[in-house]
Amino acid sequence: MRELTKLRRYLKPYTVAALLTMLLMVIMVGLQLALPRMIQRIVDLGITPGNMTIVWQTTLIMLGIALLNLAVAVGNTILSVKVSEGFARDLRANLFNKIQNLSFGNLDRLHTGQLIVRMTSDVSAVQQAVRMVLTVSVRAIMLLAGSQILMFTTNSQLAVKMLPFMLLILVLILIFAGKLQKLFTAVQQKLDALNNVLQENLSGVRVVKAFVRAAFENARFAKANEDFTFQNIRALRLMAVLMPLMMILMNLGSVAIIWFGGMEVIQGSMTLGEIMAFLNYMMTAMFPMLMLAMIIGMLASSQASAKRISEVMSSTPDVQDQPDARQIKETSGRLVFEDVCFSYNGTGCAEPVLNHVNLVAEPGQTVAILGATGSGKTSLVNLIPRFYDVSTGRITLDGIDLRDIQRDSLLAQVGIAPQETVLFSGTVRDNICYGRMSASDEEVIEAAKAAQAHDFIMSLPEGYDTHVEQRGANFSGGQKQRIAIARALLLKPRILILDDSTSAVDVDTEALIQEALEKSMKDTTSFIIAQRISTVLTADKIVVLDNGKIAAEGTHAELIKSSPIYQEIYQSQLGNGLVKATEAAGD
Amino acid sequence: MSEQKQTSSRTAMAPRRGPGGHGGPIETAKDARTSLRRLAAYLKPHTVMLVVVFVLVILYTTLALAGPYLMGVAIDQYLSLKDASGLLRIVLLMAAAYLLSAGGQAAAGYLMADISQKTLQDLRRDLFEHLQTLSLSFFDQNAHGDLMSRLTNDIDAINRAISQNVTQLMSSVITVVGILVTMFVLNPWLALASLITIPLMALVTSSIAKRTRSGFRSLQKDLGGMNGLIEESVSGQRIISAFRRTEDTKQDFDAINQKVYESSVQANTFAFLLMPLTGIMNHLNIAIIAGLGGVLAVEGIVTVGVVATFITYSQRFTEPMRSLANMYNSIQSALAGAERVFEIIDQQPEIIDDPNAMELKDIQGDVIFDHVNFGYLKDVPVLKDINLHAKPGQTFALVGPTGAGKTTMVNLLTRFYEIDGGKVTIDGHDISKVKKADLRRQLGIVLQDTFLFSTSVMENIRYGRLDATDEEVIDAAKLANADHFVRHLPQGYDTTLSERASNLSQGQRQLLAIARAVLADPAILVLDEATSSVDTRTEVRIQKGLLRLMEGRTSFVIAHRLSTIRDADQVLVIDQGKLIERGTHHELLDQKGFYYNLYMSQFRGQVQPV
Repeated sequence: MRELTKLRRYLKPYTVAALLTMLLMVIMVGLQLALPRMIQRIVDLGITPGNMTIVWQTTLIMLGIALLNLAVAVGNTILSVKVSEGFARDLRANLFNKIQNLSFGNLDRLHTGQLIVRMTSDVSAVQQAVRMVLTVSVRAIMLLAGSQILMFTTNSQLAVKMLPFMLLILVLILIFAGKLQKLFTAVQQKLDALNNVLQENLSGVRVVKAFVRAAFENARFAKANEDFTFQNIRALRLMAVLMPLMMILMNLGSVAIIWFGGMEVIQGSMTLGEIMAFLNYMMTAMFPMLMLAMIIGMLASSQASAKRISEVMSSTPDVQDQPDARQIKETSGRLVFEDVCFSYNGTGCAEPVLNHVNLVAEPGQTVAILGATGSGKTSLVNLIPRFYDVSTGRITLDGIDLRDIQRDSLLAQVGIAPQETVLFSGTVRDNICYGRMSASDEEVIEAAKAAQAHDFIMSLPEGYDTHVEQRGANFSGGQKQRIAIARALLLKPRILILDDSTSAVDVDTEALIQEALEKSMKDTTSFIIAQRISTVLTADKIVVLDNGKIAAEGTHAELIKSSPIYQEIYQSQLGNGLVKATEAAGD
Repeated sequence: MSEQKQTSSRTAMAPRRGPGGHGGPIETAKDARTSLRRLAAYLKPHTVMLVVVFVLVILYTTLALAGPYLMGVAIDQYLSLKDASGLLRIVLLMAAAYLLSAGGQAAAGYLMADISQKTLQDLRRDLFEHLQTLSLSFFDQNAHGDLMSRLTNDIDAINRAISQNVTQLMSSVITVVGILVTMFVLNPWLALASLITIPLMALVTSSIAKRTRSGFRSLQKDLGGMNGLIEESVSGQRIISAFRRTEDTKQDFDAINQKVYESSVQANTFAFLLMPLTGIMNHLNIAIIAGLGGVLAVEGIVTVGVVATFITYSQRFTEPMRSLANMYNSIQSALAGAERVFEIIDQQPEIIDDPNAMELKDIQGDVIFDHVNFGYLKDVPVLKDINLHAKPGQTFALVGPTGAGKTTMVNLLTRFYEIDGGKVTIDGHDISKVKKADLRRQLGIVLQDTFLFSTSVMENIRYGRLDATDEEVIDAAKLANADHFVRHLPQGYDTTLSERASNLSQGQRQLLAIARAVLADPAILVLDEATSSVDTRTEVRIQKGLLRLMEGRTSFVIAHRLSTIRDADQVLVIDQGKLIERGTHHELLDQKGFYYNLYMSQFRGQVQPV
């Protein structure tokens, strides 16, 4: 319960409605419990003495109770839905705000896929729990308590005799509920395993066929199938025993009432109507016990959801503005890395991803960064817009430590096309304008032309108004990359970062993009990460990263002479045959 | 790979009709009777047990109904007449009836658990095993998600129907009929009175269900929109913050969040109203029975015991009525699910071997394509008159634009598809006349999109040859240049790969696939080189692994790397399904034809004097 109560502040705006819901529920239960009393009245005061007026009168009261109950039930349902849906809405909004404000480091730790689950399934699990507490659990507890009290007031001796029965039922329900939950969890696990075999078999169908492994796959599936079936049979068997067991206890309870109560009737210490009321209360008390078992199980599982939500809520963004952070309006774009160490796990210079990096980028320079996967290229450029903060050392822009600059004003100077291209659903124009909604059509076209995206966009049936599907699914990798580059260029940023953002673009187009960049981004300091050596040949400065360290720095002409790593990369990409090819081509 | 994505009417199945789910429209099977008959066939091995279950159901339902009747008798004959010994007799009788009933119910449920789950196990097995026999084009033409849904959701719908509804249906029918008969025998007027609320309830239920359905339909739409936005803006959060669009995004979300709130309040208010309403209907019923029963009792027409019996029955009457209504939906969707499942089982399996197909063992690897023609669709040729001869140990590089037919050539060699004209021979044997399994055992295939299973690294490599020892697996990994990185994984060769091996890089996955092919030790190799951006050093490692693998084997490489093309014994240039140029790299460059142009455009940017 602890995890759930942590979220109770989101219920606060609905305190009145929630209390009213519970109150209405109490009234509903009261009305329901009045019914057996009425029957008792009909039997003892109406039928037995033959008093027709009492029968009529009581019947009318009962009908009135049913109608009143109807009104109360409608009110209760409307209120409870409002409260639980409102709670869910507020929780989602808060969670969404929180997630949007998190830093890259937080997102790495929380995993994007899991965040989506938290915003959807976990919120609805917690919402269910709230609704349950508000309605069903109030109802169950009131029914249980009320029917017990009424049993005692009807005939206390008989009620005492029935007490062990009720306790036995309650204990059994709790024991079985726990067992069942465990069994069903196991069933779910086996089902996941079974589905995994299926999923892999479908995805890997070519491999399965190429290696002639149908028999092996059949055996693999048969095993998972058998495990699942076995586990499922176990759970279902327990279910098969549980329900009749509950029924028999309830029915034996009513038999016991007839016997004990019957003896009292025979002795004259109890009336017929009382027995009937008593039987009714006994029945009434049974269902809340079953409900309670269900609620306990549900609360237990929503605990986990609540915990996952709280985890997000309680995380603070890694990168935050200092209280006295400066706002910058103009910048020359001179960036200096001063002895920068960086690690994702906070170990600083001990296990660094970037190891004592020193680097100067002059205004308007193009800095190309080369290196193997995992050498720290992306980490390096991610420090510039402060997606992460440096662990030790510092980065300055025009001499000001980035951490002393208001992040929003820093971001206004940076345009980035990241490694993994993300497009949003909307039109192509929306996507290019993403960073500056106020851009004119001419500016959009200009940016698209520089990114070599204009031609293919114009060849689309609806041009710039073509709809982009979620994740840009209707565009090829190269097209998406070019839209992303246009998006960054539209900002006319002082600092431009292209993180391997032409990997899916062919060499010809890439060369054209670079030409355009050289023209239009003269005053922009550019950082370009690339795999292909052809991309970096013309850079003002090439930085070769190796295991987080700068292994070499200089122009192509310098590095081809001085840096063995650079030479190795160059050779592996171009190969020896090229010289001959070049000659053959007469180039 | 684009060649395979063309649609063919040969194997595509009817698409799934929308998900069922809460409040959704009820699906119906097109031919419910056939589906039912075929499902029944799966239950046949359990006939004897099923008969036992049915007998038990009849027994326990009837006995359960006897309880309230006996209670009425107890009140009228023994309590009113103050007969203590008679009361004891009838109380014991009631207890016995309830005990027997519960025992019967437990036994029936117990047996049914076995019957239903074994039936489902059989059905799943048949489905899966049949799936293994289907041709690749079947998998090309049917969406992955759709197949998965048939294998999980549809099977689950059948499961629910068999494990719950079979006995529930019987006991509900018996209960309803039993209660009705008893009520009418006891007192027809009172019986009629207690049925008054039924049409009222039906009316209320159906009108609420209608509103709920339309409410949920619009909720589903809004939820879809919201979840789309959540997915997009959570996974795109980095870009949103980098482009300073956080506040706008929050506003978008608030708007759709509010919409979801409104539509879900509407849908859920009606949905949650149903429960209390049925309860109140029940109260109304009791009031009517008590009132009318009271009048009749005062008049001396019925006894108090009868009224008590009626009240108890009326409480037990609504439940089976409601579950009958639910069962109708559940059985309908089970039959619709069964229909889709059987649709898969009815698919024609891949062309099976000729009965007198020959075995193919210990080959040299002499491969000939002789005037080969092929199309995925009857009238759309993909390969036209392909001729080639690869001698044992030679390496052939296949080069050409996307969609030219390179992958198709590989698909024909492996007999994933059957050729339309000409023939393909290996060591002089027509491959269409040898056993398919034998043919594929001689071929080692490394595909561009490397597929790994979520088992250990060891098991993934062993997939190439199941009887390989651990040492052989490790040797293969060494040869493929994979050993080094595998040893650096947390649990070495025992490291379990996560789904689709996301804990490995693209390059590492390829090295494992190469190791798998090494272990299979095929005479003929088929490689589809990766184009994705693998860093240079890993690329060199892959290259070395591949070179070792290709040694002494006839190899076909769909080539993207310059070095592969350069080292090939022969480069085959394919364009629009035709083999237009062939020769070594240098010969082709000298020709200054198609290859020359292709080469110049692909590698132009790299041509710089050293």
